[in-house]
Amino acid sequence: MSRLSQLVHENRQNPNAIAYAAMLLFAIVFPPVAQFTTGGNGDFLVSLAADGGVFVLMAIGLNVVVGFAGLLDLGYAAFFAIGAYTYGILASNQLISSPLGHGVHIPFWIALFVAMFVAAGAGALLGFPTLRLRGDYLAIVTLGFGEIVPRFFRNLGTISGGVNGITALDAPSLPGWLNGPWVGQALAITNDFKFTSGNPTAYYVLMVMLLILSVILVNNLYQSRLGRAWMAVREDEVAAAAMGVNTTTIKLLAFGIGAATSGFAGSFYGAKLSIVSPENFGFIVSVTVLSMVVLGGMGNIPGAMLGAMVLYYILFKFLPDAPAQASSIFSSLGLDVIAKPQPNGWPGIGEEIARAKFVIFGLILVLIMLLRPQGLLPSRVREQELTHKATEEAVFDLGAAS
Amino acid sequence: MLGALTRTRAVVNGATATRIRNLVGLVILAVILVVVAQKIAVRGLPFFIQILAFGVADGAIFALVALGYTMVYGIIELINFAHGDVFTLGAFISLALMPAFGLAEGKSAGIAILLPMLGIGVITMLLCAGVNVTIERVAYRPLRNAPRLAALITAIGMSSILEGLMFMWRGPFFLHYPNLLPDARISLGGGVTIGVKDVVVIASALILMVALTLFVNRSKLGKAMRATAQDRDAAQLMGIDINLTIAATFFIGAVLAGAGGIIYGFYFNSVDAFLGFTAGLIAFTAAVLGGIGNIPGAALGGLMIGVVRSFNDAYFASQWSEVYVFAILIAVLVFRPTGLLGMRVPEK
Repeated sequence: MSRLSQLVHENRQNPNAIAYAAMLLFAIVFPPVAQFTTGGNGDFLVSLAADGGVFVLMAIGLNVVVGFAGLLDLGYAAFFAIGAYTYGILASNQLISSPLGHGVHIPFWIALFVAMFVAAGAGALLGFPTLRLRGDYLAIVTLGFGEIVPRFFRNLGTISGGVNGITALDAPSLPGWLNGPWVGQALAITNDFKFTSGNPTAYYVLMVMLLILSVILVNNLYQSRLGRAWMAVREDEVAAAAMGVNTTTIKLLAFGIGAATSGFAGSFYGAKLSIVSPENFGFIVSVTVLSMVVLGGMGNIPGAMLGAMVLYYILFKFLPDAPAQASSIFSSLGLDVIAKPQPNGWPGIGEEIARAKFVIFGLILVLIMLLRPQGLLPSRVREQELTHKATEEAVFDLGAAS
Repeated sequence: MLGALTRTRAVVNGATATRIRNLVGLVILAVILVVVAQKIAVRGLPFFIQILAFGVADGAIFALVALGYTMVYGIIELINFAHGDVFTLGAFISLALMPAFGLAEGKSAGIAILLPMLGIGVITMLLCAGVNVTIERVAYRPLRNAPRLAALITAIGMSSILEGLMFMWRGPFFLHYPNLLPDARISLGGGVTIGVKDVVVIASALILMVALTLFVNRSKLGKAMRATAQDRDAAQLMGIDINLTIAATFFIGAVLAGAGGIIYGFYFNSVDAFLGFTAGLIAFTAAVLGGIGNIPGAALGGLMIGVVRSFNDAYFASQWSEVYVFAILIAVLVFRPTGLLGMRVPEK
């Protein structure tokens, strides 16, 4: 107990530790609170949160590529697609119509890692010839790759299901030895721990576990020799190479680890939705995840996670709900002139907000960046660099003025 | 595995690696050319010319948009994602101005429409330029010394705002753009014809590009732009007004994008609010293909992409067009890391 209080005392001032603790607490209390506040109808919210976890996981992975190693990746959704399709092909009846003749059904727990390695392999395959490109040229190569992959799956025909994608993917199931006496019994929170579409809590718990695992792994990498090498490459590639860092290998590893995380997220996503379709992996997904990382604070794991949660909430809960909310607020104020459609052409506040969703989203992005360009929860190193640069420039301006 | 990779790299290093890579590239290129040539021979010359003209016209529009990307990138190293939406804005504004200038589908489609079209063109280009300069002032200038990705995210946000405003203005539908250019085809003899539309589009794009090149190479402001692109601090020390120069770059880029939007409308007769998203992506690809920051490069890249797309649509399966465009992009960058016409410049 004293060790715990010591740990708390030491980290009282550390924003990252506070963020981790807050997020863990949030993850634990979210399902019961969601069920309680909605009177037992919170499955929708828990399911939404589990989907949000997919984006948090991707933000953690992209943070390795963009934040740690400083490689701009504009096609991150490609690896997400590869992960999802790998799971889709390996755990459904999709291959019945292919030359193979029968469906493949690999258990989720194995397919998760297969998808991870396939995505990492694709990352290495793309990265090996292109990582010698500098700066934004690499960004464009990844952008091109991100555009190619979903179209490739869309045009591939029977193997990937074409435009319709792959449906009826296997749901994960716990291994037999875990199906202990409690299965089917009424537990406090959930009746049983089966992965069915009617029980999103199981997916939620799995997602939280995957997140905890990824955070621990990535954090260890960040604090290792590899993490320091990433930072060195990010700050000055030539100097890092001169210091004996093998920059190609280091960058390839960042790329591969980022892709692996995305593949991980992709197979979970496929298993949860039980469908993969080429429409779900466009440029907009890559841009959203990148915005999450930059918004939260590049190069800082809890920052990227926080950015992902905030942006996911805005995109998938706040904006869809806003029209109805605004409409009911104005109605309750007695301002039906604003809330309801009028004969003079005013469509009602709800309709108007629904039409303005792109503008609102853009304004949120621009305003957050203008007000906090370093992100919501920046890494300490980065923050110091920024203020340092500002002081440097102030001195320069002073010199120019005198 | 990585150890093995490193060893392979150590063995195949330097000049040998480049030579092998170039050889592989040439072989791939030769195979593609043979396949395409065989297809072309089967369908005959008139069809080939028709497809080529379509591709060049399509590519000329992309080139106009690509020029704005490449100029902005050259001067402040920002991928201005909102640029594609300024292009759409050009089509939307000109469409809204048409009734005021008495232009509508089916009316006298002769020399008489030239003057109102010119008027619409000038107003549209100025409005687009005003929007782009405002975006630069409000969203990019405050972030000029912030981390570069922050400006990139505001650019994405600005793109979303522009798309959203156009969405609120005209809804999610495809809008019909009046077909004012004559559909006639000019015969070149031997069954070979070329559309009047193609000629008009290619000629107007060419005039704008020549004007831009002359401006950048001859005028004082153009010189200031080149100086600012090379070294902003040194340019400032030489007495160049950096803010004005950057604003002028956004202005000219938007003029070209606005013109591109009008030409697109006249050529394809259909626009929608989200047109700029894909068009911008492809135009930016064109800019990178030619070597980003390089004005003739952007024009060349645009033309190449237009021709590849139209050839693939006509001779092969059209659903693979975008895949090939981006695959060519990756291949070009692997073999020529600075684009087709780009020069190796030191990192800033």
